[in-house]
Amino acid sequence: MFRKFIVICLSIILFALNANAGSDGEIILKKNQPTEIKDCFENLNRATFAFNQALDGVIFKPVAGAYRFLPSPIKNGVGNSLDNLSNLVTIPNNILQGELKKAGVNSGRFIINTTVGILGLIDVAQHLGFPEYEKEDYGQTLATMGVGPGCYLVLPVLGPSTARDATASIANYIGGDPWYNVSVKNDTQYFSDFDYYASKLTSGIDFRAKNYDALENVEKNSIDFYASVKSLYLQDRQQKILNTNKIIETQDDSDWEEIETQ
Amino acid sequence: MNFKKILIIISFYIFFLNNAYSLEPEIFVQSTVNRASQILSENISKDEKINKLKIIAKQTVDIRGVGFYSLGQARKNLDSNQKKKYSELFESYFLKSFSSRLAEYTNPQIEVQGKEVLNKNYTIVNSVLVATSERPQVRIDWRVYTKNPDNPLIRDLIIEGLSLARTQKEEFSSILNSNNNDINALFKTLEEFSKN
Repeated sequence: MFRKFIVICLSIILFALNANAGSDGEIILKKNQPTEIKDCFENLNRATFAFNQALDGVIFKPVAGAYRFLPSPIKNGVGNSLDNLSNLVTIPNNILQGELKKAGVNSGRFIINTTVGILGLIDVAQHLGFPEYEKEDYGQTLATMGVGPGCYLVLPVLGPSTARDATASIANYIGGDPWYNVSVKNDTQYFSDFDYYASKLTSGIDFRAKNYDALENVEKNSIDFYASVKSLYLQDRQQKILNTNKIIETQDDSDWEEIETQ
Repeated sequence: MNFKKILIIISFYIFFLNNAYSLEPEIFVQSTVNRASQILSENISKDEKINKLKIIAKQTVDIRGVGFYSLGQARKNLDSNQKKKYSELFESYFLKSFSSRLAEYTNPQIEVQGKEVLNKNYTIVNSVLVATSERPQVRIDWRVYTKNPDNPLIRDLIIEGLSLARTQKEEFSSILNSNNNDINALFKTLEEFSKN
């Protein structure tokens, strides 16, 4: 019986080691290469993309356009407090990814900015020399564990995603997002459903405003806007999963080398 | 004695030639950016700005190289006539797209901050587009083709880690995929874009 137990334990350890060997940076990079991600539902995705564009034209674009003209301190304050709130999802993901030091730094950042920084409106931690904030989510955590992205998806209202990231986002609604837990899931006297959904809507408008010119520019100069957005989203995602700004780690140079021989 | 003197002079001459014409990628990028910035801040019409920017792009970007990169694996199936036609169409498309993208900015301030030599063919030059009250600071990296160090050329702009050449390549691939890999469909799309 004891021998059987040892064999089982050894098998589990071997399996775990094997799984880790398969989830190193190079494999994660390959799995998340935009060219490797299949657009299995392209027709449906394109239809949803068209719907989202129409919605953007009616709601997000005009609101974001007006938001851009607010004074900079207001926009910075809103952006800072939304970032601060997102720490609540980033910290558990830092822990799940084994980045305990980052989890500690982000916890410190959250406490300082929520208290001294008046509910996150001022990024005091940055002034104190904390490292640059990197958002994490459950999709990124699954990716670092070696889970591939699956098919590319365009979600109504929410926009581009992948099968892995869309599935992982469910974790936010089953206890993985403390902000959701205290505002929507549990009936606390301090926060209501409205606070949660207002923060999500503001986050969408803030993102749209920050990328207002860039998106206009891409749309105007694209010969296939859908393909451009897909490529930009997947490149951005790959960068976030790898947590790197280094071009050498995110760009595949083989095609550049190949054109030398043309 | 004379021979030795001649040798020294020749050595100095070769040394001088090598150093006089070799252009460091970061200096090349900064000077290109300064030229573009100057045009964008001039009090001239948008069309005039676009025409002047096109001249700079022709001198500093490896348009042919970017074109073949953007075509991906499909370039292997082209005959020499198709390659020639593609190069012409791509140049018109690229110049229009590139210059009208840039023309949206008025007096952009770009500061070169460093470089990373990838290999003898490529250097990445790091720079930032300085923040204004309307937008935050933007990180821009330039892939510079340095095979001929005397004449470096830009092959890609990587904005906040997102490669424009790669995006373009995936756009072209999407058009080819949805048209049974018919290169004529891509030719037609490029032609229409340049005309409009």
